[in-house]
This record gives sequence, C-alpha cells and structure tokens, in this order.
Amino acid sequence: MIRVENLNKAFNGKPVLSDISVTFEAGMTNLIIGRSGSGKTVLLKSIVGLHEIDNGEIWYDEKLFNRLEFNEKKEIRKKIGMLFQGSALFDSRTVEENVRFPLDMFTDQSLEEKTERVNFCLDRVNIKNANKLFPSEISGGMKKRVAIARAIALNPLYLFCDEPNSGLDPLTAILIDELIKEITEEYSMTTIVNTHDMNSVMKIGEKIVFLSDGVKCWEGSNKEILDSDCSALNDFVFANALAKQLRKSLK
Amino acid sequence: MIIRFLEQVGAYFILLRKVFSRPEKPYVYYKQTMHEMVFLGLNSVGIISIISFFMGAVITLQTAYNTENPIYPTYLIGLGCRDSILLEFSSTITGLILAGKVGSSIASEIGTMRVTEQIDALETMGVNSASYLILPKIIATLLFNPVLTLISISVGIVGGWIAGTSAGVITSQDYIYGIQYAFIPYYVTYAIIKTLFFAFIIATVSAYHGYRIQGGSLEVGQASTKAVVHSSILILLFNVILTQLLLS
Repeated sequence: MIRVENLNKAFNGKPVLSDISVTFEAGMTNLIIGRSGSGKTVLLKSIVGLHEIDNGEIWYDEKLFNRLEFNEKKEIRKKIGMLFQGSALFDSRTVEENVRFPLDMFTDQSLEEKTERVNFCLDRVNIKNANKLFPSEISGGMKKRVAIARAIALNPLYLFCDEPNSGLDPLTAILIDELIKEITEEYSMTTIVNTHDMNSVMKIGEKIVFLSDGVKCWEGSNKEILDSDCSALNDFVFANALAKQLRKSLK
Repeated sequence: MIIRFLEQVGAYFILLRKVFSRPEKPYVYYKQTMHEMVFLGLNSVGIISIISFFMGAVITLQTAYNTENPIYPTYLIGLGCRDSILLEFSSTITGLILAGKVGSSIASEIGTMRVTEQIDALETMGVNSASYLILPKIIATLLFNPVLTLISISVGIVGGWIAGTSAGVITSQDYIYGIQYAFIPYYVTYAIIKTLFFAFIIATVSAYHGYRIQGGSLEVGQASTKAVVHSSILILLFNVILTQLLLS
C-alpha cells in the first residue's frame, strides 16, 4: 500500500500539485487520470522520488519514504518497478540485457539463473525470439512489454506505469492494460497507472483518482465514474463524440 | 552572471561527489569501464594518429624553413620537432581533439539518456546513475588518454622524419641524432601529467553538461556544444597553470 498525505509540489513558484491525499491499495490497479498538464506525471514521479516534494508525506507501507536517507530509499527502490512513457529501455543493450540489468546490479545469481529469470519474464509478457534484438529493432508495443519484463525482473512490490499505452494502437493498448492487471493480481503488487485513456479507465480502473489543475477532484472506481457529479471529471470522461452519444443513450 | 557561474561550479562538484561514491557492483563497473575504453579510447587511435602525423610533418618543415642559417646545425630541426611535440602539441592538441570527439560523444550519450528517461529508470531501480554512467568514463579516459598521448608523440616524430627527409630539409641521420640530443625524460612525465588533467576535464565537464540537460533533442545538441567549448577552455587554462607549476 502507498499512502500520500497533503502532498504539495511547485516548479519555480508555480504550484503543480496542491494538497494531494490519497491511498493506493495493494493487489489493485490504481489509476491516476486527468487531462494533459494536470500533474499526473509529476505526482507519479514525486511518489517514486524522482521529484523532491515541497511538503507532505509519502508512505510505502509503514515507511515514510520522503524522509528516508539515501541508502534506505535505495532499499525501497529495489522493490519498485517502473514503466516509463517512452519505455526508457537502454539503447546500447539488447532486450535480454535490458531485462537482466536489475538482476546484474542487485543479485548474486549465476548467469544461468539470471538467464532463466530473464526468459521467464519475457515469456510472461509474451515476447519470443527477441532476446538478442536491440530496442531500436522492435515495435513500440514490444518495447512496452520488454519494459514491463524489466520492471518485474526483481519481483517488485510496487509497480508504476506512466501512460503505458500512449502511442499504441487500441488492440495493443488493451493487451498492455490486461498484462498490467494480470501481473498486479498475480504478484499482489501496489500498481499505480497514469493514463488519460478512457478504455484503460473502464477496463482496469479498480481505483481511480482524478486530477484537475494539480488538485484531486474525485476518487472512486470504474463502476462509479459514469455517475459522478464532478463536472471537470464529466467533461474529461465524456470528451469524445462516442462517449457523449453513449451518455445520451444511457439517460 | 557570477551567481549563475557559481551555481554551475557548485552543481559540478555535487555531481562529482555523487560520481565518486561506492559502486554498487564493482564487476558491472569493471565491464562498463572496459567497454568505455574501447569506445572512447581505442576508437580514437585512428584520428589521433592521422592528426599527429601531419602535425609532426608541419612542425619539422616549419622549423627547417625558419632556421635556415649556416650557424645552426640541421639536427636542431629534429630536436625542435621532438620538444614541440613532447612539451605542447601531443598533450594539448590531443586534449583539444578529444574534447571535440570524446566530449561531444559523452555529453550527447548521457543527454539522450536523460531526455529519454533512461536515467530516471536507473534512479527508480535504485542505481546511482551518476556513478554508473560517469565513473567508468572517467576511469577509461584516465587510463587510455596517456596511451593516446604516447601514440601521438611517436607518430608525430615519425611524421616529422618522413616529411623532413622527403622534402630534403634534413638527412635521416641528423633527424635521428636531433631527436636523441639533450633528451630530458621528465618531459614525458610532464606530458603525461597534463594528459591526465585534460582527460579528467574532458570526461567530467562533458558528463556534467549531458547529465544536467532539461528538455529535448535541441538541448542535447546545445549541451554537446557547451561540453566541447567549456572543456577546451579549461584545457587551455590548465595548460598554462600546469606549465607554470611543472616547468618553473
């Protein structure tokens, strides 16, 4: 479980996140949604520690993450897997080396053991016969899946995904969503996904937090989202023509 | 402007402190260092050899044409070529060339990793990204640049010999006598010491510019240019300081 309390973050005096308090449950796919520029990525990166927060608290289970020393933070970070918007695979390493990287850095396993784990993770995300390829030689969807394989290599307790289906076609996006949900349940992870894709929201949004201009406006599940009274959320959810028609027919 | 300069200097030393912290896995760093020695060092042998050859050739010819006087013995052309290459050209010119070739490569590699969130990925995993990315480059340049300087000295002297004898400005015997005449071994030590300082400047200043990028591909290009310009200026500045300290 990850708990955020009264988090504030500003860049050059301009507030980006204001007084955010939210709890992300373990074994559940938690979604942060909102328009571009609403502060989703800043919130995610603040939780992971890539941005220093101005004030507030970030709890990883019983540990107050933002007050920990560098080495203590490092111990928690070893339990974190993160999928970045652009995949962030290491260009100079092959698919296999990318997935093996956390194992090389943080375990004393033999090469055989590491290779076995790499193959297991790649198999889990349905990547076959691509071990020796470089990131520049694989498709966008494959890159995302390799990044997921790398993120789960060390059996993380926490998984963060920043816009996992940006730039992907709808079918591949659904596959990535399903994979994230399956992995979350399989390993009982606390998963936080940033997205503005309504397909993802409806498919995997067990817990949803809606941000608007750096403020938390709404919290609920995908079952409750269509009945919300929050006008900013309704504008976001029913932004496209198809959703508007759907809403009309539901009414 | 002064405050901004001091901020940059402060940020540079903070980055260095992060770079020189204890490596997570020495074996991984060793492998990375070997890779950097090939990429940054071995791959520079060609360009250094070509430039040094022509540099030696030009120094010999210019020395010959500017000292055409019956009272000067011709072997002084060899001596002049040797000392010019040893004291100044091989270490400093090699440093400046490497600031361009290696410096821009380091800044753009690390900068691209920054803008494509690869550095964020390392940090999220709990890896000290500054140390993992920069320390192997510093070690590789410190180990390999002196080798490049020695290659440059050798090739430069050979270039001078070929040019001098081909143009008929000096005989082979006089040139070989000249390069052995009044040889001071300390000059080699002096060249190596300068090279070590220059290698450190190239690796750290370029890495600093790459690591601190904010933005996109445009900023990567700008950082690469800044890395070359700042490294070159610092090399020239330290050339003066070290010359005064080591030869006075």
